[in-house]
Amino acid sequence: MASITLEGLTKVFPDGTVAVSDLNLGIEDGEFMVLVGPSGCGKTTALRMVAGLEEISSGVVRIGPRVVNKLSPKDRDVAMVFQNYALYPHLTVFNNMAFSLKLKKADKAEIKRRVKEAAQILGLDQLLDRKPRNLSGGQRQRVAMGRAIVREPQAFLMDEPLSNLDAKLRVQMRAEISRIQSHLGVTTIYVTHDQVEAMTLGNRVAVIKKGILQQVAGPQELYEHPVNIFVAGFIGSPAMNMAEAKLSAFDGDLKVSFGGHDLRVPAAVVDHRPALRSFVGRNVVLGIRPEDMEDASLVPQAPADQKLAAKVSLLEALGSEVLVHFEVEAPVVLTEDVKELAVDVGAEHLENLEKQARVGRSVFTASLNPKTTAQKGGSIELVADSTRFHFFDPDTGLGIYH
Amino acid sequence: MATVIRVLNRAPVTVVMLIIGAIWLVPTVGLLVSSFRTAAESNTSGWWNGIAHPSQLTIEPYSNLLTGGGMLTAFKNTVLITVPTTLIVVLVASLAAYAFAWIRFRGRDVAFLIVVGLLVVPIQVALIPVATLYGKVGLFGHIPGVVLFHVAFGLPFAIFLLRNFFIGIPADLLEAARMDGAGELQVFYRVVMPLGTPAIASLAIFQFLWVWNDLLVALVFAQTSSAPMTVFIRNQLREFASNIDVIAPAAFLQMIVPLIVFFAFQRYFVQGLLAGSVK
Ligand SMILES: Nc1ncnc2c1ncn2[C@@H]1O[C@H](COP(=O)(O)OP(=O)(O)O)[C@@H](O)[C@H]1O
Ligand SMILES: [Mg+2]
Repeated sequence: MASITLEGLTKVFPDGTVAVSDLNLGIEDGEFMVLVGPSGCGKTTALRMVAGLEEISSGVVRIGPRVVNKLSPKDRDVAMVFQNYALYPHLTVFNNMAFSLKLKKADKAEIKRRVKEAAQILGLDQLLDRKPRNLSGGQRQRVAMGRAIVREPQAFLMDEPLSNLDAKLRVQMRAEISRIQSHLGVTTIYVTHDQVEAMTLGNRVAVIKKGILQQVAGPQELYEHPVNIFVAGFIGSPAMNMAEAKLSAFDGDLKVSFGGHDLRVPAAVVDHRPALRSFVGRNVVLGIRPEDMEDASLVPQAPADQKLAAKVSLLEALGSEVLVHFEVEAPVVLTEDVKELAVDVGAEHLENLEKQARVGRSVFTASLNPKTTAQKGGSIELVADSTRFHFFDPDTGLGIYH
Repeated sequence: MATVIRVLNRAPVTVVMLIIGAIWLVPTVGLLVSSFRTAAESNTSGWWNGIAHPSQLTIEPYSNLLTGGGMLTAFKNTVLITVPTTLIVVLVASLAAYAFAWIRFRGRDVAFLIVVGLLVVPIQVALIPVATLYGKVGLFGHIPGVVLFHVAFGLPFAIFLLRNFFIGIPADLLEAARMDGAGELQVFYRVVMPLGTPAIASLAIFQFLWVWNDLLVALVFAQTSSAPMTVFIRNQLREFASNIDVIAPAAFLQMIVPLIVFFAFQRYFVQGLLAGSVK
């Protein structure tokens, strides 16, 4: 096992597409690193450069202390799990897993031992004689994992290994991958466009936008201190609500105003982020996570200056929570980052946002306790936890946390 | 009920297949029966009399043919021409097709275009220049010369066929093999060859049949000692009297080997024909 270091890693395709741009990333020995970002942001390309399947335009890839730029895939001693599994259709499960060991001319007994061991870990013992076409999606996924495990490689590279599974199986395999990785302690780079997967699996998560690294941090840190609007909008589900707002001084505290709502931001919050003071009297982008709002009637001592009235335009009861959508008379934030995020959701979503921007409105989502009495079309009073607000510089899109 | 409908639906197909089968089978059976009749009988009555009077049948034509020299040498020559040709074409074409499909190298696309262009070069234009060339290098009239000519004209189609099949193999599989530690040759024979078996097998059958049944090339480049069965049979034709007792058994022997080959490999052959459409 080994650490992996990417220094200034760049990929320019012959057609001029810059898929990965100056990527610097250190993955520690045994670490589970997740690369996450919208599709097309260059995650696969970055992973393939580490694997040796894609030529490196510039920069350095180190596995352990060794620069591997010039090494072919077979000499890098890393194992890859492909999105569509890429199992050898003509070989049995056993031989799929044994393939690399046979190439290495490993001892027969040793091959058998290692395949059996991996099969045990993955619950494939009964399937060793089957051909891939006679396996279910989940079983194929396991075989693909098994093929990587038996090699005992320096590192695992996984490219959206769960994206072809149905939702339930995905959750199950996600837990399994996590378990296996921490059991084996193999350095892992895991690529996904699913932020939930990223957050649940990664020791650290690297968020990438258009080939450029935005932020590398632990899941909680990403959630609480997203470095910019892009990361803030990408991490968390449902996504963070954002609106243009005005910051002003208020009675020793600060006040943030948007769409006719005035919410007090206690001085204690500002003390932690002194930079906020320089925005007093100016516009900021306010970010409120849906989880940081609650039905005011369920919060006995909700302070009046943290409440906002809303008209429920859509209500989604999910059982454990109730999602309430409501309109806010504040212009939607339409920076480059937001557009990028919207495109990833779908072209329609971007159109919707642009429509909202034209009429100067945004749609907010709040995640409420299921005890709420909110009804579609009804009015409701919400309380927002202003200690957990996020503020972004509208010019740079950077988060204001200092 | 459902089965009845299915049978009825398939009835026209079945009938047509039976008719085609019969059309093919009648002359074949005719040849087979004739090959067991003496010259005298063949000259006086039709072959179907052989079925009506099985006692007329005799293996004499075969024993005459095989003891008469000629035919055995011709059979041996046919094998010596066909088998090496098929092996060389299949081996070279699979390697070349793999490179054309999966290895990036300078000039690859141009080279492949040239190969495709060679597909339309008729054999006839090469006969005279190659014959002259063979004369100079001493290949004329020898089996290796015939083999070489067949290989040269077999390769373009073989490469074209296999390359188009190999390119359909998912790239991920080859990459997975490379990640697993395989070099190019190992990727080729551990992944591409096994997955390409249907295409390779049908190519082998085609190639085998073409060369086995070839008359033109052999007629030009072989001499009596190196001539295959096709040339031998042709030489038995006489202008006024037909010597059916020689031609029939020889023709049947000439035919039986391709049939055996075909039936032995027909499973792959069918897969190969379907391969492009099903995937
Ligand atoms: N072979 C290629 N030639 C040109 N552009 C490519 C090639 N492969 C990928 N790209 C482009 O590079 C960008 C990153 O692709 P990719 O790494 O596959 O993204 P991701 O895996 O994050 O979805 C995309 O814009 C894609 O269109
Ligand atoms: Mg990808």
